[in-house]
This record gives sequence, C-alpha cells and structure tokens, in this order.
Amino acid sequence: MSPTAERVRRAATVRRESGGLLRTPAARYGGLLVAVAVLLVAVLASLLLGSRTLPIGDTLNALLHGDRGSTTGLIVWGLRWPRTLIGIFVGSALGASGALMQGVTRNPLADPGILGVNAGAAFAVVLAIYVFGITTLSIYVGFAFVGAAVASVVVYALGAMGRDGASPVKLALAGTAVSALLVALTSAILLVDLATLDRYRFWVVGSLAGRDLGVLWQVLPFLGAGLLVGFASARSLNVLGLGDDVAKALGAKVGTARLVSALAVVLLTGSAVAAAGPIGFVGLTIPHVARALVGTDYRWIHGVLRAPRADVAPGSRHDRPAGGPARRGAGRGGDGGDWRAVLHRPDPTPATGRAVRARPPAGATPHGGTA
Amino acid sequence: MTQLLVDALESDRPVRRTAFVVRLNRPGVSARFDRRSVLVSLGLLVVIVAALVAGVSIGVFPIPLSDVVPGILGVGSDDATFIVQNLRLPRALTGLMVGAAFGLSGAIFQTLARNPLASPDIIGVTAGASLAAVAAIVLAGASTGAIAGAAFAGGLGATLAVYALAYRRGVTGYRMVLVGVGLTAVGSSLTSWLLTKANLYDAQEAAIWLTGSLNNQGWEHVVPVGLALAVLIPATALLAPHLRCLQLGDDTAHGLGVKVETYRLSLLAAGVALASMATASAGPVAFVALIGPQIAKRLCRASGIALVPAALTGAALVLIADLIGRQLFAPTTLPVGVITAVVGAPFLLWLLAQANRSGREG
Repeated sequence: MSPTAERVRRAATVRRESGGLLRTPAARYGGLLVAVAVLLVAVLASLLLGSRTLPIGDTLNALLHGDRGSTTGLIVWGLRWPRTLIGIFVGSALGASGALMQGVTRNPLADPGILGVNAGAAFAVVLAIYVFGITTLSIYVGFAFVGAAVASVVVYALGAMGRDGASPVKLALAGTAVSALLVALTSAILLVDLATLDRYRFWVVGSLAGRDLGVLWQVLPFLGAGLLVGFASARSLNVLGLGDDVAKALGAKVGTARLVSALAVVLLTGSAVAAAGPIGFVGLTIPHVARALVGTDYRWIHGVLRAPRADVAPGSRHDRPAGGPARRGAGRGGDGGDWRAVLHRPDPTPATGRAVRARPPAGATPHGGTA
Repeated sequence: MTQLLVDALESDRPVRRTAFVVRLNRPGVSARFDRRSVLVSLGLLVVIVAALVAGVSIGVFPIPLSDVVPGILGVGSDDATFIVQNLRLPRALTGLMVGAAFGLSGAIFQTLARNPLASPDIIGVTAGASLAAVAAIVLAGASTGAIAGAAFAGGLGATLAVYALAYRRGVTGYRMVLVGVGLTAVGSSLTSWLLTKANLYDAQEAAIWLTGSLNNQGWEHVVPVGLALAVLIPATALLAPHLRCLQLGDDTAHGLGVKVETYRLSLLAAGVALASMATASAGPVAFVALIGPQIAKRLCRASGIALVPAALTGAALVLIADLIGRQLFAPTTLPVGVITAVVGAPFLLWLLAQANRSGREG
C-alpha cells in the first residue's frame, strides 16, 4: 500500500471513529439546520398549544405586529412568549453545562441533577428564605448561584478523592450522597417552617409557569457569560478528553482549562436553576444525543446543543400546575432517563473511550455552529 | 431424643473460643453462632425494646413508663390505652418491621454483590417500588394490599432492569451500581411526573410518603408488612446457609455443591420482596438498607455480613431516627427518612473515602 493510500485510509478511520451519525461537515451543518427547524416548530407549538389553543394566523399576527390588546395578543405576549423564551435559554444553558460537565469530568453520567447541583441551588434558596428572611425573587438568583457552585465543587472534590480520580461511579455516588443530604435538609426546613414552604414552592414548583421576563433579564448576563466561556473552552475540552497526561504533554494548561470550564458550568446551571427551578436530565441527555449525532468534538457538540434544548418549552403550558420539574407531560422525564440507560449500555465511557481518537472534523470552525 | 451439643470450634488451637455450634440431631439441623454476633444481637434487642418503649411513651401526650405495658395490653386507663394501641404502637411496630426488612434486604444485596454500595436503596429497587406504588395510588386509587403488590412488582422490575442493563458477560458490582443510580433517577423523575398528575391532596400525601415517613401509621400498615415478614424471614433463614456459601465465590460454591444460580435468584427475590414491602409500608426510608448492614458488620467485627444483626440494626436505626424526628422540632414531626438521610449520606461518603484509601475502585 502506498504511503498516500495508507494516510487516506488512516484518515478515514479517524473520521469514522471520531464518530457520530453525521460525519461530514456538510451533514453536520445540515443537522444544525434541522435542529434549528425543530426548535422553531417547538417554539410555535409552545405558543399555540395550551388550555386555549390559538389559531396560527392570529398568533403570528399578534407576534409580528406587537398587538397586545386582543385576547390572543394577551395570551401570547403575557403568558406564552415569556415562558417560551425562558425555556429556550434555560434549555440551552442546561444542555451546554451538561456537555461541559461531561467534558471536564470525562464522565458520561455528569448532569446537574445527578451531581447535586440542583439540590445545592434549591437548598441555598431555602436557606435564603428561612435563615435570612429574603422574599425577593431576584435575590434568590444569587443564592441559587452560590448553592449550585458550592455543591458542584464539593461533589467533584469528593468524587475525585483517591487514586483513580473522578471515576463515573465515584462521582455519581458522591452526587447521590450530597443530593440526598441537601434534599433531606431542604425538606426538613420546609416541613418545620410553613412560611418558608409557601415562598419556596413559588420558586420550585412554578418551573416555567408564571415567570415573567424580568427573571430572564436578570440571569441573562450570567447565562450569556457562561455560554461564551463554554464556547471558548470547547477546544481545551477536546484536549482534556485525551487524558491529563497527554493534554499536559501537548502544552495545555490542564488546571486552567478545567477551572474555566467549571466556571462556565456554574454560571450556566446557576442561572438556569435560578430562572426556572431544578430541571433534570436535559443536561444529561442532550449532550449524548448531540454526541451520537456529531461525534466527540466538543466544538460541534456545543454548536448542536443549542437547538434541541428548547423542547423543554412545549412542556411549559400554563395550564399545567407542574409539581415537579418542568417536563413535557409524559415525555421528558422518561425520555431523559431511558436515553441515558440506552446510551450508557454499549460503552460505559464514551467520552473517554472515543475522545482519545477524536480529531476536529475538517472544516469545522473553532466555534462550531451558529448557536 | 434431641441431643444438644455445644462444642468449641478451633478447639485444637489455644485461642479464645469465638464461636460455638448448636446441633439438633433428630431433625438434623446445626447452626454455628459467632459469640460476638450473638452478644451484639442481644445488645441490639435491648436497644430496640428501649426505643420501642420510648416511642410509645414520649409524645405530645406523655404516657408514664409504668403505663406503657398496661396500655399495650389494654388494661390501663382508657386514654393511655387508646393512644398506645391506636396511635403509637402501630407506628413503632411499623418502624421496627420496616427497619428490619430494609436491614435484611440490604444485607442480602450487599452480600450477593460483594459490594456495600449495591444496596436496594442505591441500585433503584426502592425507587422502582415507590414509582409503582405511587402509580397505583394516583392512577388506580389502589387499596393497601394492591399498593403492596404494585410495590413488589416495581421493585422486581427495577432489579431485573438493572441486572439486564448492567449485564455484560456477568454482572459486576460497580457497573450495577452505576446503572442503578441512573435507574433511580429515572424512577424518581417519573414519580414526580405522576405527582403533577395527581390531585393536590394525593400529591401532598405522596410527597411526605416519598421521603419515608411513619406519620399516621395505623394497623392497616402494620398488617401487610407483618405478613410479609412472617413469610420472608423464615424463607431467608432457610436460604441463609447458601448465602454464606455464595460469599465464597461462585466457583467455590459450585464446588461445594450449591446450585449457584437457583439460590442467587431466590435470595435476590427475597431481598427485593423485603425492600418492596418495607417501601410500600413506609416509603423509601433513605439509606437504612445501606448503612444498617454496614454498621452491623462493624459491630460484629465479622468479615461477612451477618443477617440477624443487620436486621436488628436496621430496626434500631429506624426506631431511633423516628424518635429524633418526632422530638427535634416538636410539635412538627420530621419524616423518619429525613433523619436517616442526614445520617446516611455522610456515611455513604465515608464509605467512598474508605474504599479510596484501601485502593480499590470506589
């Protein structure tokens, strides 16, 4: 075999192994377009469907002409548009933070829910209400941030103890333990103090219901910063995926890269949880879906991540007194979990295992897609 | 004639006797008792009785210790008899039996998987049981008996799912734990979805139940778990010697003539049934199945997990945790699961740290 043929063959192998359903750049940009289309359909559905189904013509009319006077306009602008918008932002924040977490920990099971971040944010909010007597929703956001940050650091530190570092099992168990502890303390406070429960449930139970855009504007700077930092760290995540030793040898500043990604994770989950309460599984599942589609390059994963995220939004019909996480009826919770179980089975550490062979797809721009 | 023989094991060595064997010749039964385990079990029994009496005695309407036994027997004053028989005794008995069932189930699972983390509350058995029970309540408005049946089906389903998903040329402990943590998350999110479908009253009840609670336990809660234990404890006792053989490893057990798969499956079924019945009765009381057997193991300083001390430790844990939950913020009663989680979570972390220090994969 000639050297050239050999090189071509090897390149083909690498391309195939770097994985994903969509292998060529063209297919990936196409996938991105499809994802954006899905997002648009989801947004439309979120606006149209509800306890009062709106005709599509009137809705678009109200939306385009800023008509707030008619009934349709009231529903669209007052209720559904804020929810939908928050759903899009929260969804993309959670999806991106899940991808970052899975990249930083090289662990397919990393998710704000499993790693105790949600529980940390919720506990901090309860503390804010119970201990400091805070009643303003805007200050909860800060507490949710701090809680999410502290919980993620603690879980990672506990999970990374010992020789083999942060293995999936140790992280999952540390997250389980910390979550259980925080949830228990949270429910203890809520049971003891009814006034706290009354305020807290508006934050946690509401999920996407009854949020106005004020909350979104408040968290948007943090969220935007998180997304930017996350994108910026996508390249270093690819290097980290090779393992600490190789990454160091390649000249990557492993500690810095990890810290920057962790900062992005905290910014993203903090703002998402602060705006919409704890939502599970989006952060866990979507990166896997994205990885299955485009392979292991985190620049692509981030790009693809943006769009499908927003399918949280349709779940947020205002007629549903969502008692738990905001989910689209039957779908979200089950889907999320099933996906993980299925994805987990064939390869316990897809990120680690395949990332070793991952190469940036030819023609990919450093920042993946168009978000 | 039944001849009772007590002889020393290891009598050829000049060490302190640490175990003795009791043989009944006529039915042909023998049992080996570890001295320390027996003492620990007796001590735990004392603790349990004390906690039971305290649980009956302490409360908003205190019942003097002297009235506890008359109250239980129904010969005391009317007030005391009513409170003891209708309110506090069922609660204490449920706690006792639920704790024992969780402890026993945890011991079986941990021994079978040879991994302390593979207890039913971590690998999703109790989550599956809760999901099925909540589904039965919310969707079908099921009765107590049907709820217990649903819980068992749910626990069994979760176990089979974990086994199937973790199976890759045999099931290893850590893979099972990882899949179990995932399935637990699936179960709890499906459960919270069900709660959003329920009416407010049911949802509130279920939410408290889901943290593991002994509130409002009446005789209707005592009876199912009592019946289940009446069947399952003898069954487990019959299977226990085989469990000890399985502990030696599959090959050795095969060599000793044990039908490995048959007994493993029967033991697994018993463990699932115990955990599910306990869950159906008091909700998934967090971490009791995890820490009960581990505490018992450390108390007995045994290499393996002894079943009887594990069950007794579980019972003592739940009774004491319930006492704390009732008294800490009285008159508000914290669910017992909150207390066990606050105690159990650090213990789980400590177990992780231990596993790390000894260099095993944790």
